[in-house]
Amino acid sequence: MLGALLIAPFALNAFPQLITLFTNILILSILALSFDLCWGYSGIMSFGQALFFGVPAYVIALVGRDLGFSEIWGTLPLAMLIGLLLSFAFAMFLLLGRKTPTSIFIALGTLTGAYASERLVSGWQYVGAGNGLSSIKLLKLGSFEFVEGIAFYFLAFGCLLAVYLVSRYLIRSQMGLVLAGMRQNEERLAFFGYRVQLYKAVVFSFAGMIAGLAGALYSYHQGFIGPGNMGPGLSTMAVIYCLFGGSGTLIGAVLGTLSIEAISYVLADIDIIKRFWPVILGLVLLLVVAFQPSGILGLFVTNRERFFSYGWRPGRNRAER
Amino acid sequence: MALLEVKGVTKMFGALQALGGVDLSVQAGTFHGLIGPNGSGKSTLLKAIAGAHFPSTGTITFAGLDVTAALPFERARAGLSLKFQITAVLPELSVYDNVLLALQAGQSLWSLIRSKTRRAMHDKVLGALARFRLEGRADDLAGELSHGEQQWLEIAMALAPRPKLLLLDEPTGGMSPEERRVTGELLLPIKSECALVIVEHDLDFIKNICDHLTVLDQGKVLDSGTVDQIERSAKVQEVYTSRV
Repeated sequence: MLGALLIAPFALNAFPQLITLFTNILILSILALSFDLCWGYSGIMSFGQALFFGVPAYVIALVGRDLGFSEIWGTLPLAMLIGLLLSFAFAMFLLLGRKTPTSIFIALGTLTGAYASERLVSGWQYVGAGNGLSSIKLLKLGSFEFVEGIAFYFLAFGCLLAVYLVSRYLIRSQMGLVLAGMRQNEERLAFFGYRVQLYKAVVFSFAGMIAGLAGALYSYHQGFIGPGNMGPGLSTMAVIYCLFGGSGTLIGAVLGTLSIEAISYVLADIDIIKRFWPVILGLVLLLVVAFQPSGILGLFVTNRERFFSYGWRPGRNRAER
Repeated sequence: MALLEVKGVTKMFGALQALGGVDLSVQAGTFHGLIGPNGSGKSTLLKAIAGAHFPSTGTITFAGLDVTAALPFERARAGLSLKFQITAVLPELSVYDNVLLALQAGQSLWSLIRSKTRRAMHDKVLGALARFRLEGRADDLAGELSHGEQQWLEIAMALAPRPKLLLLDEPTGGMSPEERRVTGELLLPIKSECALVIVEHDLDFIKNICDHLTVLDQGKVLDSGTVDQIERSAKVQEVYTSRV
């Protein structure tokens, strides 16, 4: 998969619209991956993941418009910081109370946050109201500008790879073992002495930071950010990408995004299907949840292969794994 | 001073009174058995001590700390460890990882992110597994173990963080007579490491390993004392001959 993604832009050089499509898929994969960390690894049903995608995207668009600043070394870390702080603020409210929150409370809390923010920016003229912010300043590195095309593709690819590797490191660490335990029996872990909600808050905040990075890349790539990019619509898409590909796998989130976005692109020109696409998507998701809860990836690998061991273990080499 | 002091603990579930003013005192280094007919409140008391239920009234003091309102993770950090009545091993993790998970609970989050203590804990994990005859099953999934082995694994997990007080809720439930005998043999040596409060229906098993017994009936303490005293107790005999 890595090799295919590396050669894809060269193979598709004659079709710039496909490079744009694949760049978009890479960026949305980062968002899907951030949801996978929440749901697949920590049991947090974040129905507002787009909030942590949209708000940082708006901020860097405003920084470009009002301050004329769009240097990559400043704006991408800024977007990540905003995603981190915003999700941590939500975690403080939703996760770190004295009582263990229910899944429904968390799902509704994040959904409400995303919905309220979408409504807020829709009526706020300073941020373009319902029209959003367009003609966003191009992302720069010194005098080099990242325009749509191969350069932006590799930037998005590099970001996705970095996010994947850091996430993989986390879930394979001893902390990842705690997350795997939480996924199976949260109550049991509390009786070992783990403050389960703290672990959830850490993962949720980290996922928010990743979503912030995706949001910044998205707004620079599209040259536009609107209210719809921070509301329940995109949040639900992140859920669908992840569940379709296979939650709790990281790579499944990428696979799900790739499959759904590629199919959407192919079917976009067929009017009758285009009109019913959201309904078809909903039905596909229902079928996946009902009959293949481990997603597409679950067809090829077992749970044992998906999770397996955590951190270094003496006396076992890679071949044994 | 007693390691665990339970004073006047009541627990209401709606209109039902599960515990009606229970007192219990457990000294460090002793094995204390809780016995009584079904529905007498043994498991409810154990859960109140561990933090799974909060008492409606009364106080629980552990190692000098008032833990009445403490959450389970706070009690665990203070040195309380619980083995559930229904086995609660993590079935999709390996036997090795189940023990490691219990063992590393005292580590900081940052240390766990860096996997810093993995090497240092390896021998301890293998030691804990060997102690409960599970060294050959380290790489198997916990869900693949037999019922008896899962009970042993859970005791190994509960003991792994080196608690001051271990709470065992029916550790031999569903075991064969041979497995019960072995469990008794495996539990006796831990007396030098921690105190034990055990809920068990098998009276022969509990008499063989406990120093003290507390008999509960209808949510109240019927009698309490050494094994000999309880065996001679007329009140206890009456309850056991009439209802058990």
